[in-house]
Parts: sequence; structure tokens; C-alpha cells
Amino acid sequence: MKRGVLLTLAVALAAAAPPPPGALVCSGCHAATADPGFPPIAGRAAAELEAELLAYRAGTRPATVMDRLTRGFSPGELTSIAAYWAAQK
Amino acid sequence: MTFGRRTLIAATLGAPFVAQAQPKARVIVVGGGFGGATAARTLKRVAPDIDVVLIEPNPVFTACPASNAVIAGLRDHETLRFTYKTLEAEGIRLIHQRVIAIDAAHSSLTLADNTRLDFTRAILAPGIAIRWNALPGYTEAAAAVMPHAWRGGAQIMLLRERLAAVPDGGLVVISVPATPYRCPSAPYERASLVAHHLKLRKPRAKLIVLDSNDSFSMQRLFLAAWKSLYPNLEHLALSASGKVTEVNAGTGEIRTDFETYTPDLANIIPPQRAADIAVQSGVADRTGWCPITPVTFESLLCPGIHVIGDATLLGAMPKSAFAAAAQAKACAHAVALILNGQTPEPPHLLNTCYALIAPHLAISSAGVYRHHGTILVDTEGAGGNSALDAPRSTREAEARHAEAWFHAVTTEAFG
Repeated sequence: MKRGVLLTLAVALAAAAPPPPGALVCSGCHAATADPGFPPIAGRAAAELEAELLAYRAGTRPATVMDRLTRGFSPGELTSIAAYWAAQK
Repeated sequence: MTFGRRTLIAATLGAPFVAQAQPKARVIVVGGGFGGATAARTLKRVAPDIDVVLIEPNPVFTACPASNAVIAGLRDHETLRFTYKTLEAEGIRLIHQRVIAIDAAHSSLTLADNTRLDFTRAILAPGIAIRWNALPGYTEAAAAVMPHAWRGGAQIMLLRERLAAVPDGGLVVISVPATPYRCPSAPYERASLVAHHLKLRKPRAKLIVLDSNDSFSMQRLFLAAWKSLYPNLEHLALSASGKVTEVNAGTGEIRTDFETYTPDLANIIPPQRAADIAVQSGVADRTGWCPITPVTFESLLCPGIHVIGDATLLGAMPKSAFAAAAQAKACAHAVALILNGQTPEPPHLLNTCYALIAPHLAISSAGVYRHHGTILVDTEGAGGNSALDAPRSTREAEARHAEAWFHAVTTEAFG
């Protein structure tokens, strides 16, 4: 059985660190499409993204679902998510 | 018959033979819906060295989200159809066959033509199967007369044609099964759009929703919308004898404990379970759904096999395309980390469901989930529904978001 051999093979990963919890979900709406219906987030300034996420969480920025979603995260988690998307192309 | 990886490439896929010094890790994804397609693409992007194989019988995928608008005549059926060309261009190997058996103990599976494939890990995204006859009388043959239109494909157009043919003054019945089932808000979106269609085209026709539940997704929002928009819609909950107990496709009758209806059109949304391959391979338990650990999505019953999407038993997170895609990304990253010798951290998962209450007006439900043992639970203080008293502009914005989401999620899955 080859399984044992296969399992010992290291698989190279494209990124050094895994994304912070929750960050992967964002692209479900904020996708890199030619005609984005939601504001693109990849590659934007981390401080700007963080400020927007924190304002949604605080309820001070008009929202439909972003207020409800950001309330599920701590400010620190949102900071990590902002940094992750700032680093994406 | 057993084929090694090279034989598979040369014989089954027709790709050029390439000599390899060492075998690569192979991950086989079973099922090319939102979960499977998103998982395959994410995995190939995160770990390009992995041999990613996607097995899906159909060369064209028909999306279920937005299909209610097609049924109501508000949207073109072609907008639901997607191919796997982008996935193939990205180096994912597509096999358009059915998986007939999975041997978890030996990390291999068998295709319909008896080809056997080995895998390092497998990701199952098989979706749902209908539990024929779980509602007495609702068989595969009955579905041709009383369409379910719950798994995409030809049933969507059948229900659309049947709805268009309902006479003015006619009666339409939609039957909703007890939870859990695929896409918890979809029966109520469908009811809204069918009522809209009838109101516009057949003002004397009526829709009765026979519901096997007392509470449902976005209930107050739907009930308020129906009260203001659709006097032609009557909703009977479980406690108002709304549960359908038997159907008869021959006579067209639908029975509840107290009534027998003979509608011009019956849309029976039937009881469901995880797809056949999940049940046959022992990944599903006695509930009919697949228990997993929500950190890596690995099966609690079959180690080495991960399960995502509608087939899973997940607690608070609903069975939706949004959820399947979110799980797919988390699962693909976890599988890549495991094959890299690392231990994945628990993900945080989100879901957002949009539902049209009329053309250009929508409501939404959102949730944030964290794992708690073997299930996902709601994060307290987060999630919830659109405001009951939201202005029309918010409903219009959410309808635009619903369309934008459909574009984003299909682009992420199929390119």
C-alpha cells in the first residue's frame, strides 16, 4: 500500500502562513470578478479595511449584513483579517 | 481493476505521460457543486503540487440559488448553468463519471466503469438525495407529475412550465418538509415568487403553503411581506395541520390530517438526506447526514475522508451554497496543511442567505459559527435577519446584493 509513502511526502504550500480564522469567507461576496457587485478588498490598505470593519462592528457605518457578520469577531480578529486581505493580490 | 496514477493520466484522461521521480499526493474531490468546485480550485491554488481530481458526472452544473426566479419566469434558465472549463485550465483533472464505491480503509474509490483510483485524502461534496416515499406516495414517478425542483436540472423547467400553465382561479400547493433540508429559506422565497407570478398573471388563483414546521427561517420577515404583498398566499404551519401526510400522483391529491387538496399544481419539496454515495460508503450516520469535525471537516466515521456542504451534519450552520463554499475553502486549506504535516486551527465560518420577496426586493439572514465539539454553534450577539421595519431602499439594496453574491459565488466556484 502506497499510502504510508504518500503521507510522508511534504506538500509545498503557496503561502507561508495559513489565513486567520474567518478571512477565507470574505471572497464569497468580495470576489475578484470583472464586474464586482461588492467593493473589492484584496490589496487595499490594511488600516482602511480595519477601520471599516471596526465601524461595521460598532454599528457606526451603514450596512445590510456587514454589521451582523463583524459582530461575530473580536476587534483583534478583524485586524488580522484586514491585514490578510491587504496582503492579497 | 486497479490503475496507478500514471495509468489514470495516460488512459483515462488522455494527458501526456510524464515520468515522475516520486508520487504526488492526490486529493480526489467527489461532487462538482459549489462545495466541490470551490474546494478543488482552492486546493490547487494553495498547494499547486497536489494532484487534484474532481469527479462529477455532469459536464454542466445547474445552480439551485436563483432557480426560484427562473421558476417564476423572472430569470433565464441559462444564467444558472456553468461548466468546468476554467477548473481544467487550472490543472484540475475532471472525470465526468459517477463514484459507485469508496473504500476508506484502503484510500481508494471506484468509478461507474469499474476504474479504481487511489487517493491520499478525499473531499466529498456529494449534496443531497431525495428520500423517495418518506412522504408516502412521493416516488420518482410522482415527481414527474408533482415536481420538486429541488436539485436543479430539468425539474426547474418542468415546474416553470407547469406554473405558467396554471389557470386563473387555479390552486397551487407548495409542500415544505420538516427540517433539516437543503436551503432553509428557499421554500419561502419560492412561495413569495410564485405568489407574485400568480398575482400578476392569474389574479384569481391561490397559493397554499403546507408546512411541516412551525418556525422557519426569516419567518417574521416573510409573514410581514406576504401580508402586505400577497393576499393570494395562505401559509399553514405544522400546528395548523399544514403537514402533508400523503400524496397521490394518480389522482393529484395531497392529504393532511384534516384536508385533501386537489391543486392544479403541486410542488412537493420532499424529505432529504445526504447523497447515495455518502450513505453507501458509510460516511453518513443513521440520521442520513454526515458527522464531521468542523475544524478539518474530516469524517468522524471514515478517517481520511472529508465532507463538506449540504451532506454534512453541522448544527447551526444551514445547508446553503454560501455555507458549502465557505466550508470548501476552510476544508481545502485544512487538507493542504495536513498534507504539509501541520495541524489546522479551527476556522470561523459565516453564512449569508438572501431571499427575494418580490422582484428587486430581498431580505437576508446571516450567521457566524464557531465549532463546539462536533457541531457548529451560533456566535452570540452576531448574525440575525434584516430589520423588520427596514425601508424599501434596504430591501432593494439586498436584492442587488443577492444578485452580486450569485455572481461572486459562481465565479469563485466555476471561474
